[in-house]
Amino acid sequence: MDPALTPILEAAGEAHQLATSIEGYVYPNEQNLLWSVLIVVYPYITGLVAGAFIMASLVRVFNVKALTPVYRMALLTALGFLICAPLPLLFHLGHPERSYQVMITPHVSSPMAMFGFVYAWYMMAVLLLELWCEYRRDLVVWSVRERGLKGLLYRVLTLGVRDLSPAALHLDERMSKIITVIGIPSAFLLHGYVGFIFGSIKANPWWGNVLMPVIFIFSAVVSGIALCVVLYKELCWFRRKVVDAACYDDMGKFLFYALLVDFTVEGLDWLHRLYAAEESIFVLKQLAGGRLFNTLLVIQLCLGTLLPLVALGATQMVPEKLPVWFRQRIYYNSAVLILAGVLAMRWNVVIGGQLFSKSLRGFTTFKLGLAGQEGWLLAVGLIVLPFIVLGVLIWLFLPDDTKATETVTTPAAG
Amino acid sequence: MNFVISRRRMLGALAGALGWIASQPVAKASKATVQKLLAGSPAPKGYDPTQHKWLMCIDVDRCIGCGLCVDACKTENHVPEASSFFRTWVERYIIKKPADGGNDVRGEVLVDSPNGGRGGFQPSLVPREEILRSFFVPKLCNLCEHSPCAQACPVGATFDSPDGAVLVDPTYCIGCGFCIQACPYGCRFMNPHTKTAEKCSLCYHRITRGLKPACVEVCPGHARIFGDLKNPVENDPIQEFVRKNKVFTLKPHLGTDPRVLYANMDKEVR
Repeated sequence: MDPALTPILEAAGEAHQLATSIEGYVYPNEQNLLWSVLIVVYPYITGLVAGAFIMASLVRVFNVKALTPVYRMALLTALGFLICAPLPLLFHLGHPERSYQVMITPHVSSPMAMFGFVYAWYMMAVLLLELWCEYRRDLVVWSVRERGLKGLLYRVLTLGVRDLSPAALHLDERMSKIITVIGIPSAFLLHGYVGFIFGSIKANPWWGNVLMPVIFIFSAVVSGIALCVVLYKELCWFRRKVVDAACYDDMGKFLFYALLVDFTVEGLDWLHRLYAAEESIFVLKQLAGGRLFNTLLVIQLCLGTLLPLVALGATQMVPEKLPVWFRQRIYYNSAVLILAGVLAMRWNVVIGGQLFSKSLRGFTTFKLGLAGQEGWLLAVGLIVLPFIVLGVLIWLFLPDDTKATETVTTPAAG
Repeated sequence: MNFVISRRRMLGALAGALGWIASQPVAKASKATVQKLLAGSPAPKGYDPTQHKWLMCIDVDRCIGCGLCVDACKTENHVPEASSFFRTWVERYIIKKPADGGNDVRGEVLVDSPNGGRGGFQPSLVPREEILRSFFVPKLCNLCEHSPCAQACPVGATFDSPDGAVLVDPTYCIGCGFCIQACPYGCRFMNPHTKTAEKCSLCYHRITRGLKPACVEVCPGHARIFGDLKNPVENDPIQEFVRKNKVFTLKPHLGTDPRVLYANMDKEVR
């Protein structure tokens, strides 16, 4: 065979393969999805960071004393996930070795260019600073008590500030509260910005929507609280400790109300789309009822939202009729469902937004590969990695002897 | 000696470090802007982009769907062979007659672009007597005045040249694909070999040397008309085109203000 024919035959073979997976007409360049599962994982992880931080801020800023047992765990969860948040983005880039250009030559009109700054601000000015103020006293104590590498680590982390006078501790507490107050809008900024990345794409009617950042923020809060609900129970189980019932009830309460707001905002989004009925609505309706049926209507809406809403609603409406163990089981199971639902939501936004053509005339198909840069193995690895990091952080900073259900923190008086 | 670091000093040092980091982008961005003006495009030395304003016009009625433009573009610009990468492509629209006694003046609209129209189109499977209208529409980068791709690029690798071309610096592109998502016209793709975003550059290496883009050069029906607004020639084809035709742009509601103008376009074209 003439070697010159090879690329043409390959192209013809590929054309045939694509033709079988395409419905209607899509622009030729749109046939293969560009953003794959890694971009699904990225907003998921970032949302968990923001949500976990909001959970922690309930103790500091809103003085919800019952949640004190999970304050430190929530902060460490935010840190563990924040450390891993840039990885999916980095792996997805065509040229990861040039990624630093986003930081040193940012194009200021691009929302994506703000990632480095928002991330750095949140990491350095909010989370690490807050953790440092929160932990400084313990770090000094541990640096004396512990030997070896662990002791050295604690000593380094005190940053040389070993003053434990009442005035210094009071200052720690005050600073911690101020940082948390700054941290709440920062956490909203962190995830609102991720929503803005999608919401600012006017080319794509599924994404380009002013409500998108708001939807992302509330889904983030819901997912973060849900994650804390799951982690707290698992941690107690792992350490053979009793779950603090009042704390868990409060977590369940906040989970319910956050989910309610999230559901309302997303419902408003759909209501607006259906009522405004712009030219894209026909293709979006087909998308929701067709290629996204399972992930949008079954997993995100029914299993991830309505079912937990009803179950958690019951714990709020008739708590006295449900025994404590049953309520706790409802919180835990609802949280697991919510976590799956929010992951499905990220999938529906990222993948769903690329399944239809910008010509609004057809659909393409997405097949998730096993291995490779955009394979599901890597995606699963990137979802598991923050839990491993969190495990290390908990081992270092939430030692069993301080009891998972107790903390030295005293919430500042409101 | 007991070395004590006060919190004030500690925080001061941290703030200083953050300030230094924050000042870096400004310095580097200025440097990059200068570099971009001087390099990063395939233009020859001496070419002044401020002295030109390129424009492309498409006369839909003149396109015969031969696909030579697509082939020329692929060859000229080393566009990957596969059928999902095109800097330019041709779409075929077939508008069927409405059902007898129905409420519509036109029937179903069928659009296709097999292999981007490269090599022409096979006869349609729709019987001739069922077709109301049929036409071809060449597509390419719309040279938006307010280009959403350049706006979205996080590092400025995609940029608006003063001469109207929207270019990509492949040595600077990080391959995030944000510009591809931001393009409403589907004109961009990720080159699987270079892992950078790619699009029609108006054959920048040709037009900056006084030649026409490859697609314009080979078009047998003169459906693609190319010119320089700042340097009109005698009987300038662009001026004539805008004088003789009512012109349209694609997706005007998005506010991108495309500079690729279409004549005799149908409302079905998006």
